[in-house]
Amino acid sequence: MPEMTTGQAIKEALSLCLDSNETTFMAGEDIGVYGGAFGVTDGLLEKYGEERIKDTPISEDVIAGLAVGAAITGSKPIVEMQFSDFIVNAMDPIVNQAAKLHFMYGGAVNVPMIVRGASGAGTGAAAQHSQSLESWFCHVPGLKVVTPSNPQNAYDLLLASFVDLNPIIFMEHKLIYKLKSDVNLGPMPNDSSALGKSKVVKEGSDITIASYSNMVNTVINATKDESLGDYSIEIIDLLTLSPLDSEKIIESVEKTKKLLVCQEAPASSSIGSTLISEVVSSRAFRVLTQAPEILAGLHSPMPSAKHLETTVIPQEEDIVKKIKEMMSYE
Amino acid sequence: MNQENKLELYRMMLLIRLFEEALEEMFSRGLLHGTMHLSIGQEATATGACLALEKEDLITSTHRGHGHCLAKGADPYKMFAELLGREDGYCRGRGGSMHIADLSNGNLGANGIVAGSLTISVGAALSLQMQNTDNIVLCFFGDGAVNEGSFHEALNLASLWDLPVLFICENNQYGMSMASENAVAGGSIAQRAESYGIESISIDGNDVEEVYNTVSKFKDTIKSSKKPMFIESVTYRYRGHSKSDRNLYRSSDEINFWKDEKDPLKRFIGKLTEEKIEVETLKKIETEVKELIKNSVKKALESPESPKTNLEEDSYA
Repeated sequence: MPEMTTGQAIKEALSLCLDSNETTFMAGEDIGVYGGAFGVTDGLLEKYGEERIKDTPISEDVIAGLAVGAAITGSKPIVEMQFSDFIVNAMDPIVNQAAKLHFMYGGAVNVPMIVRGASGAGTGAAAQHSQSLESWFCHVPGLKVVTPSNPQNAYDLLLASFVDLNPIIFMEHKLIYKLKSDVNLGPMPNDSSALGKSKVVKEGSDITIASYSNMVNTVINATKDESLGDYSIEIIDLLTLSPLDSEKIIESVEKTKKLLVCQEAPASSSIGSTLISEVVSSRAFRVLTQAPEILAGLHSPMPSAKHLETTVIPQEEDIVKKIKEMMSYE
Repeated sequence: MNQENKLELYRMMLLIRLFEEALEEMFSRGLLHGTMHLSIGQEATATGACLALEKEDLITSTHRGHGHCLAKGADPYKMFAELLGREDGYCRGRGGSMHIADLSNGNLGANGIVAGSLTISVGAALSLQMQNTDNIVLCFFGDGAVNEGSFHEALNLASLWDLPVLFICENNQYGMSMASENAVAGGSIAQRAESYGIESISIDGNDVEEVYNTVSKFKDTIKSSKKPMFIESVTYRYRGHSKSDRNLYRSSDEINFWKDEKDPLKRFIGKLTEEKIEVETLKKIETEVKELIKNSVKKALESPESPKTNLEEDSYA
């Protein structure tokens, strides 16, 4: 298995998409010669030509809208929001069009398209280039929302998104682009059954920590802290946020009796709050030994300065502290 | 244009008029749930434009889209069924008046968002370009759409990428209550297209032959030039924006002027009569269309309601 970064793994997946379906094209800002703001599409223009790797003007509304129009007429578009914050300029095509056409037209059309976007903070890019807006899209029936956390699942989930027949919001946290690991570059899957499934990345029996996107990596690193001693911690990577695989979390909580959700996004109306509500209104409620907790980003715009940015986003030490607190309560 | 074509234009305008009058009647009898946007008075633009297209050419439509849909070949029965929430409706009762799509006739769907279909038409045209077909996308929108950002993004990209789109602005002179003259800076809608390097023209949208001839010509030009073009088709809606409209923003004199002097059907009947087409021929068409509407309404009212399936599952493909 070759070792590569998440950015490279995503590019490998994109190449396989372009190779496997001649109606596939990519469109976005600076994805051609520039290679994408984060280098993900570097080299694709040379390989596939400007007919299929389409640099657009800075026009997010039409980037998303053209994906909708192309998707309902036999093409398979993959478009990019350079920073996922810019997706707010494309909300009509995504929310009112892509998400609804299949239902609204009585099933007469499908809208198979992928909108990729670089999300999340940690790079000092400040308030308008650092958001984690994924939960907005989970509120909209008709969309699927996918948040990979490492090179392998980014590769696998992008391919699963590609064979799915629905519009997919694929949020790539900026800090995972440079993560490196061995990647099994498998073939195009036959179906999209990998979507909608969370994954237990570490088994344990004392507490369940559910997380997604880059925060999963922070959680994994935090739980290596020696001061946590023998606590048996189960870590679940949600991977797909809509549809949300809450069943796996419920099963895990039935075993551990404790739930902590860690996320970079603020807590209000978020994935974490939804997940906790699903768990406490499930059969797992009876076995909980304490109220589930959420460790989330502060309810503030993202500041630029490093020391302030790390104040807003939960850090490893915050997670360690929270685990100890929850474990001390029996 | 031969006589047969002309009679087809007449038949279609009449079908649209009577279809919508039948809807009004059903609405007043409390048979329809929800609101609707009627295009009575605007039939010439939908008819002239769609009848100038091939079946394989695509259209995108608007919230005021019954005319576009019928003129592109839709079955009135399935449209009535849709508005009545029946299983046989084009969208199985999920779309209603504002969201009818008829893919089999190249109608990519009506859209409830002003300017919502402009960027979609650009994407559809990109598919046609990639598929190396000779067909075009005709994108309907109203004067209200030209002040939305997506109008500008769509025109810009269509022009940059040489996409085969015929943009057709049905300027009925009001965006709900907002007069177009108070909403469009610079005054001219057609000129806006020119600023994106798109050839444009403003025409009498109530003259069905002028619409038909212009769209035919522009369609042929697009097929050879592979560049987008733009038509502003000036027309007028007689009814309110939707069923809640009290017409406080315009005078009855103004409405009556358009009804009396500029009505597309009346004008075309006058022209056909001048051209010595027999009154009997027109009467015969009228009887057939009335019969079609009557039978379609009856059949739709008798057809089964859309069953309550799992709507959450229906949200996804």
